[in-house]
Amino acid sequence: MATNTLSRPALRLKGSVADIPARRKRAPLSRILATVIVAVLAVAWLIPFAWATLTALKSETEAASTPISWIPASGFTLDAFTKVLGSGNIPTWTLNSLFTSAAITAITLVISASVAYAISRIDFRGKDLLMGVIIASIIVPPPVLIIPLFQQMQSLNLIDTYWALILPQVIHSPMVFVLKKFFDQIPRELEEAALMDGASRLRIFTTIVLPLSRPILAAVAIFVFIGAWNNFLWPFIATNDSSLLTLPVGLQTIKSAYGIQYAQNMASALLAALPLILVFLFFQRQIIKGVATTGLAGT
Amino acid sequence: MSTVRIPAPTGEPAPAAPPAKTSPGKRSTARLARPRSRRDNIHGWAFSAPFLAFFLMFLVWPMISGAYMSLTGKSLTGANSGFIGLANYAEAFGDSDMWRSLGNTLYFTLISTVPLVVIALALAALVNMGLPAQWLWRLSFFSPFLLASTVVSLFFAWMYNPELGLFNDVLVKLGIPPVAWLNDPAVAMWAVVIATVWWTVGFNFLLYLAALQNIPQQHYEAASLDGAGGWRQFFSISLPQLGPTTVMIVILQILASLKVFDQIYQITAGGPGGATRSIVQYIFEAGFTGYRLGYSAAISYIFFGLILFIALVQVFITRKRSA
Repeated sequence: MATNTLSRPALRLKGSVADIPARRKRAPLSRILATVIVAVLAVAWLIPFAWATLTALKSETEAASTPISWIPASGFTLDAFTKVLGSGNIPTWTLNSLFTSAAITAITLVISASVAYAISRIDFRGKDLLMGVIIASIIVPPPVLIIPLFQQMQSLNLIDTYWALILPQVIHSPMVFVLKKFFDQIPRELEEAALMDGASRLRIFTTIVLPLSRPILAAVAIFVFIGAWNNFLWPFIATNDSSLLTLPVGLQTIKSAYGIQYAQNMASALLAALPLILVFLFFQRQIIKGVATTGLAGT
Repeated sequence: MSTVRIPAPTGEPAPAAPPAKTSPGKRSTARLARPRSRRDNIHGWAFSAPFLAFFLMFLVWPMISGAYMSLTGKSLTGANSGFIGLANYAEAFGDSDMWRSLGNTLYFTLISTVPLVVIALALAALVNMGLPAQWLWRLSFFSPFLLASTVVSLFFAWMYNPELGLFNDVLVKLGIPPVAWLNDPAVAMWAVVIATVWWTVGFNFLLYLAALQNIPQQHYEAASLDGAGGWRQFFSISLPQLGPTTVMIVILQILASLKVFDQIYQITAGGPGGATRSIVQYIFEAGFTGYRLGYSAAISYIFFGLILFIALVQVFITRKRSA
């Protein structure tokens, strides 16, 4: 390796003049080709959205007629959307999803950040064991817990409440690990100075550590929120009352109730997809960065 | 700690530092590094307590009560035939439906993990070639990941519709006979895989793109000066550099695919004839449509055993490779 690096400057001097025209010619061509391939795939990736949108804008008879057409002969209509919004519970379910996901995210952030801070900074008896147990728990697949959790929620009389939706979803062991690693990198000098001035641990945590950790807290929040917003299995089991369902679970009941109302099915799906897609359009950079930093820590 | 450590990398011999300057630093270091005090013990556990409470109540306790439940004949109707030892496990190991669901799950894991890793890598490598409008590609490939499984399932069930669906319409126009996407046992799992790839490949794509952008640009510059072309650079620089990322993505993908439930349940409901029923769906059905919580808990633990086994194999393989 060392010799390689040393020989490079010499190579550059020798080859650069002759190489540059050749490389300039080659690079754009392959780049154009790559752009075309990626563009075709990107369009293919958008087809399900486009097809769902066009279907939702048709009348039911038009949506169910053969041969299928992209542009309906009788023109576009908003009937499906008005029917779904008028009769269905989609606004209620959206609010339920918003409330439970926000609560899950807030509780997860508070409890994960404080345990991660303790493990990163405070020298207490048993902390290695605690970290070991938290890391080991990453391997437990949530579906294994649904039967005993259902039983537990039933005996606590919490089935069909927001509590049943929120409480079991706030344990995100990989996120504790992600936060601990971030706290480890914050220089200790600031905290030491504050400690010498007699500040309490809690004060140091809330006024020094947390403000410095905004990027990682945002990343964790985004990751947890998306997961909670889209979670299906547990909310599907924990709630039956139509007014308490989250959006994904509510949509499942619509599908069985509407049967062959294709335009209305697609209108509901699009309305359900809308909030997160809008959020994504506005916060694309933060969301992508957040997923890239927390993603490998575990889903 | 850090006040001692900082001079070290600069190469200065630490003991030679002026004694007058280090004394305040030393005192604060001593404060933080002192042996465990009662106060630290109390503070540490106080900060850990909220997480620990949730952890014990909603993870540890269900693990224990589930393990016990798997040894009983507990039913959703409240009836309980009491402690029956390992009878549920014995029954499960002789249950052909359980084995079939397990087989379906492994099959899905195999045929979904390969495209979810390979396509993600290919897309990331293409986009990373310095294409214009990076945000646009990320938007297209990643946005499906933000959809709920129910939305994805509604989209694809509609496109798989035998007469009115987009897929068969395209096939017929190309002169290919239509396919019974969701009613042919040989095709249904592939239909689910196509939907799954569309839905989640953007996540792995983002992870790969981030990893590619972390590779120092000098590596490529040096290689191109040495005359290495695009393909050569990809295979001898990018791929080896992506090794650790790939190992992590594959592990996470396998563990995620083994837990498949949502999209299968919603698109095919496990059909036709149980051809796509996953093990998680079998757990769900044994408990909530068969009312047999004890039996369902036993299958949960068999599934957990499988996950543990695969995780241990992966730890073993990655250890061996890195050694």
